[in-house]
Amino acid sequence: MGTLSLNQRAALLSVLMLVVGLLIWEAAIPAQKAAEELTEYERLTGAGSAKAGVPPPSQVFAKAWEQLSNPFYDAGPNDKGIGIQIGYSIYRVLTGYLLAALIAIPFGFLIGMSQVAYKAFNPFIQVLRPISPLAWMPLALFIIGDSEASAIFVIFICSIWPMLINTAFGVAGVREDWVNVARTHELGPIKTAFTVILPAAAPTILTGMRISIGIAWLVIVAAEMLVGGTGIGYYVWNEWNNLDLTSVVFSILMIGVVGMLLDAMFGLLQRRVTYAE
Amino acid sequence: MKPYLSVEKLTQRFPDGTGGELTVFENASFRVEKGEFVVILGHSGCGKSTIMNILAGLADPTSGVVIMDGQEVKGPSLDRGVVFQNYSLLPWLTTLKNVMFGVKARHPEWTKKQVEDHATKFLAMVGLEGDVIHRKPSQLSGGMRQRVSIARAFANHPKLLLLDEPFGALDALTRGTIQDELLNIWGQMEQTVFMITHDIDEAILLADRILLMTNGPKARVAESVEITIPRPRNRTEIVEHPNYYAIRNHLVQFLGKRSKELAGQPTEAGQTNAPETVRIDLTDPADDPEDKRPALKAVNS
Repeated sequence: MGTLSLNQRAALLSVLMLVVGLLIWEAAIPAQKAAEELTEYERLTGAGSAKAGVPPPSQVFAKAWEQLSNPFYDAGPNDKGIGIQIGYSIYRVLTGYLLAALIAIPFGFLIGMSQVAYKAFNPFIQVLRPISPLAWMPLALFIIGDSEASAIFVIFICSIWPMLINTAFGVAGVREDWVNVARTHELGPIKTAFTVILPAAAPTILTGMRISIGIAWLVIVAAEMLVGGTGIGYYVWNEWNNLDLTSVVFSILMIGVVGMLLDAMFGLLQRRVTYAE
Repeated sequence: MKPYLSVEKLTQRFPDGTGGELTVFENASFRVEKGEFVVILGHSGCGKSTIMNILAGLADPTSGVVIMDGQEVKGPSLDRGVVFQNYSLLPWLTTLKNVMFGVKARHPEWTKKQVEDHATKFLAMVGLEGDVIHRKPSQLSGGMRQRVSIARAFANHPKLLLLDEPFGALDALTRGTIQDELLNIWGQMEQTVFMITHDIDEAILLADRILLMTNGPKARVAESVEITIPRPRNRTEIVEHPNYYAIRNHLVQFLGKRSKELAGQPTEAGQTNAPETVRIDLTDPADDPEDKRPALKAVNS
């Protein structure tokens, strides 16, 4: 054991915890009796018919195998593969998120450059930011009139604030010395923005973008439960209505995995722009 | 002949926080000739850094003008390169890219190859070669960072190079090495340099002329001391030179005593306010064509 590295030991411990956890879960679920083991009385009263219950991990794995081996099938509005559902959710998240980035980053840049603008906009940002994104939903549905676009709007409105605030904060905090370097080299405002301020503020901006994508992924599930039709959020709710708890547990896991991947992507980007002083 | 750089009656006042005004320096005037290495010495608070920022165009004086090469200084310019005390390298760029950043700003029409070659050449002049130039500033020691900063400034051939306590954050040994490198690169470039320092020995080693400032508030440039030690200078040899300690004593006396005595003296109307030129030369008067020159004389220019 002494020869294992820190990471190896941690990985070993993780696997151990997973196995123990799954075993406890599996053991905690009472097995359902097979049809031939039922007594006459049980058969007559219907006590033996399949009851909905929390599925054991073995069933979830079987479900996952089944779903993941054919993720893109489409058998009508209420029966689509998990890949299609996640695809819809990612499409909505990315559309809303990119629109938010397109506005938040340039706007945050301008606010960060001017102390007056920073102070003038701050009260509005502080009031709008804590509003639960779903609270916008009725208004969005009424004004936009389209549920698909409303879901995207909700993503837009929830991911704009961390990006806006972090961009403004990052730009405002760029060291005076670096700006002076740009000034003594006669760089124009546009050139200064791109060659000095943007790289200097990039780690803070990326932090905001990473927070935003995390929030957007949290919100899309709830938004799709409301809006319905497609997407992973709708899928979870639909399977709950079908009392298919195995699918519910499976989709919960998938939400976690996709969220982790999105975060890891931004983590990678963040590492690329981070610099040591 | 008109001086290359002329600073006329520079005054800087700041609000003192209690409604009044604090005059950091008043009617500070001095001149710098082309190719000269001028060092300004003075206690903290006499406004050396403010003067530096005004010369760089990063700050505006309350009154007074700076004229360089026949033009009034307004705003920052590539003609006035600055080496800041804290290096001011861009930490997300490699050493080479940092120097290229400056070269590109100076010569936007150059190809990438030209820019890179020029930057590499100047890094080599301060002793940075090989793998080191592809490292980020955070991976360099303080001394190496300041060399990069010096290379970036020299690579741009500014008309005036401003050094704001460039060695202030370095240990004494590193400081010595980089002073030698600075002398070396300056010797090759015929660059006009204006430098701030707190270090008397550093000033004597590097300067053609040392400007002495009185204490603030209402500081002014009181004296201009010529360094009568021939170049090339070497830190171990200049201490043997007969003029070295005479000059050094004069500087120590000024900073220790006279900077305080002269402080806050109101400047008389009509006075040119140019600093008093001091020339100390103890070398054999027979070598001097204008013989019978007194060993110590003060001349009002």
